[in-house]
Amino acid sequence: MNAPPVRERSPIRWLHANLFSTWYNSALSAAFALLLGFVAYRGLRFVFVTGRWEIIRRNLTLLLIGLFPRDESWRVWAALFLVTVGVAAAAGALRKRALVDTADELAPASPARRTADTLRRAAPLVLLVVTLFSLRPEPLAAVLVAALVAVAFVSWRAGVSLPARRVRIVVAAGVALMLGALLLLSAFGGVGWDRWGGLLLTMFLAVAGILFSFPIGVLLAIGRRSRLPVVRAVCTGYIELIRGVPLITLLFMAFFVIGFLLPPGTGRPSAVTRALIAFVMFTSAYIAEIVRGGLQSVPHTQTEAALAVGLQPIPTLRLIVLPQALRSVIPALVGQFISLFKDTSLVVAIGLTELLRVAQVLTSQGDFRGQQLQAETLIFASFVYWVGSYTMSRESQRLEQRLGVGTR
Amino acid sequence: MIVGAKNTITVAVLGIVLATVVGVAVGIARLSTNWLVRRAASLYVESLRNIPVLVIIIFFSAAVILTLPRIENSIEWLDAIVMSNRGTWVPTVVGRDGVGAFWIAVAAGVVIALGIAWWRTKRFEATGRPHHRVLWTIGVVAVAVIVAYLALGQPLVASLPERTARSVTGGRVVSPEFTALLLGLVAYTASHIAEIVRGSILAVPRGQTEAATAVGLGPMQRLRFVVLPQAFRVAIPPLSNQFLNLTKNSSLAIVIGYPELMRVTRVAIGNGSPAPQALVLLMVVYLALSLTISAAANLANRRLELAGHR
Repeated sequence: MNAPPVRERSPIRWLHANLFSTWYNSALSAAFALLLGFVAYRGLRFVFVTGRWEIIRRNLTLLLIGLFPRDESWRVWAALFLVTVGVAAAAGALRKRALVDTADELAPASPARRTADTLRRAAPLVLLVVTLFSLRPEPLAAVLVAALVAVAFVSWRAGVSLPARRVRIVVAAGVALMLGALLLLSAFGGVGWDRWGGLLLTMFLAVAGILFSFPIGVLLAIGRRSRLPVVRAVCTGYIELIRGVPLITLLFMAFFVIGFLLPPGTGRPSAVTRALIAFVMFTSAYIAEIVRGGLQSVPHTQTEAALAVGLQPIPTLRLIVLPQALRSVIPALVGQFISLFKDTSLVVAIGLTELLRVAQVLTSQGDFRGQQLQAETLIFASFVYWVGSYTMSRESQRLEQRLGVGTR
Repeated sequence: MIVGAKNTITVAVLGIVLATVVGVAVGIARLSTNWLVRRAASLYVESLRNIPVLVIIIFFSAAVILTLPRIENSIEWLDAIVMSNRGTWVPTVVGRDGVGAFWIAVAAGVVIALGIAWWRTKRFEATGRPHHRVLWTIGVVAVAVIVAYLALGQPLVASLPERTARSVTGGRVVSPEFTALLLGLVAYTASHIAEIVRGSILAVPRGQTEAATAVGLGPMQRLRFVVLPQAFRVAIPPLSNQFLNLTKNSSLAIVIGYPELMRVTRVAIGNGSPAPQALVLLMVVYLALSLTISAAANLANRRLELAGHR
C-alpha cells in the first residue's frame, strides 16, 4: 500500500520559504510585521474605540438618500428591487453566454467550494450591510435586505436558465427595469432627480451617465473610423479635446455655459442635469476610445466575408463587427463605469449633495460642529466608495478571465 | 492665471516624480517573495485604488493636515522641519551676493559632466572597458559645485526654520493645501502605477529571468539590467496615461483651495470674468499640458524602441 507522495506543507516550512529565507528577508518581515501591526492597531482602535460614529448613526439616511422625502422612501426600496432583478438577471445571462462561448469549459467546482467562493466575492458587500445595520439596527430593513438577496438569487437563476438566444431580451429588460426604477422614484408623486442626494445621487449619476454615454461613445468610435474626412475629423477632434482636459473643467463648463447655448426662453436645466450632461460628454469620449480598440481587434476578414455574402455595410457593422468588438471590451467598459462611479464625487465642486458632499457638510451640523469629525465622515464615505468600486473591479476581472480576453 | 499655471506645473512635476518612485517600489513589492511585504503592498494598492482621488485629497486636507497642532505647539523634527496646521516649514538655501555667478558655474559643470558622460559612453562602446558613467558625472558636478561655492565666497547659506512665539522665520513654507494635494495625488496615482509596474514585470517572459540567473547575475542585477528595462518598455504607454491623469487631477485642488489653474479660473469667474471665455482658455492650457506630456511620452517610447533594436 503506497500512499501517493504528498508534498510536505508544514507551517514551519511555509514560514521559512515566505518570510525568513535570507537574513534580509527576515529583517524585511520584521519591519513589515511592525508596520502592519501598527496600522492594524491604529485602524481597529479607531473603528471600535476612539471613532465617534454618532454623527454617522444619526445621519445615515441623509448619507444614503440625501433629502429624498422620508415618507416616500418606500420608492427607494422598490426601485432597489427593480434594479436588483435587472442586474442579477443580466449578470446570469451574461455568465451563461460566456460559458457557451468559451470553448474550454471551466472545471466544475464542488458546491461547497462554489458557496465559499460566492461568499468571498460578496464579502465587501456583506461588510457594508453589516456596518449599516450595526450603525442602525432596523428589523424592517433587515427583512427587506433578506428579500433583496432572495430576489437577486432567483433572478440570477432565471437569467442563467434562459436560452442563450434570449440574452438580448434580458439585457433590454434590464434596461427597461432601470427606467422603471427611475419612473418609480420620480413620477407619480415621487421626487425628480434634482432633489436626490447622498449615495442615491451618486448611483444615479454613475448609472445614467454610463447608459447615455454608451450609444454616443459607440457612434463616436465608428465615426472616428469613418471614410468621410469631415466625420472623422470631427469625431477625432471631439475625443482628443475631451480626453485632454480634466473632468472638472467640463463640469464647470456645463454649470456656467449651458445657459448661454440654449435658445432663450427655455428654462435652464437643473444642476443635476447639467452635471449629468458633463459626465456624458466626458465618458462618451473615453468609451469611444475603448470601443475603437474593440473594433480594431476584429479581423478585417470578418467585414470582407460579410460583404462577400452580400450584407450591406450597416448590417455588417451591426450584426458582424459590433457584437465581436463589444464582447471583447466589456471588462474595459466596466472599468470605465468604475471610474465614473468614483468621479461622481467631483460634483462637490459645483455644490451637488452627493455622498461626499453630505459627508463634508455633516461636520458643520449644530450638534457636531467644531469637533473635528472629518475623519469619521470621510472614512465612512471612502468605505462606501471602496465597497462599490472594489466589488465591481473584482467581478470585472472574473469576467475578463471567463471571456478569455487577452489570453487568446 | 500664470501663477495658477506655475502652481499646477509644480504639483504635477513633483507629483509625477514621487508617484513614480512610490509606485515602482510598491509594484515590485507586490511581486516580492516575502509574504508580508507582498500583502502590505496589495493592501495599499487595493484600498487606495478603489477610493475616489478627491476623497483622498479631502481626507489628507481635512483629517490629516488641518488636524496638525496649531503653530504655538507645532511638531518640530530635528530642528529642521516644523509642521503645523498653517503649513510645513522645510530648510532651504538663500542666495547672497554672487549667487548668479554660482548658478552659472553649476550649469557649466552640468554641461561639462554631460559631455564627459557622452565621452565615457563612446569610449565604452569602442573599447568595452568599464565606463563608470554615473560616478564620473556626479563627480564632475560635485567638483563644480564645491569649487564655485568656495571661490565665490559662500554665496548660499542654509536657512533653517525657527519657531518664534506665533510664527516661523526662515526656511521655506509649504502651504497645507499644497501638502494635502500632493500627498493625495501621489498616494492615489502610486497605487495605479504599482499595478502597471506589476503587470509589466509579469509581462517579461520568465525565460529572461532564468537566463539571467544562468549567466550568473544576482537578484538585484537581474532586476536592474534584465527585467526592469524590458518591463518599462511595456509600461510606458499606460504610465504616461497615469501622468496625464495626475496632471488633470491636480485640478481637484479647487475643492481644498490650492491656487492652481482651476481655482484661479473659478475665482476669476466669481470676480466677474465672463465664464465661457475663461473656461475655454483654461481648457486650452490643460490641453497644451496634456499634449506636452503625450509628446514627451511618445519620444521616450520611440527612444526605448530604438534602443531595443526591435
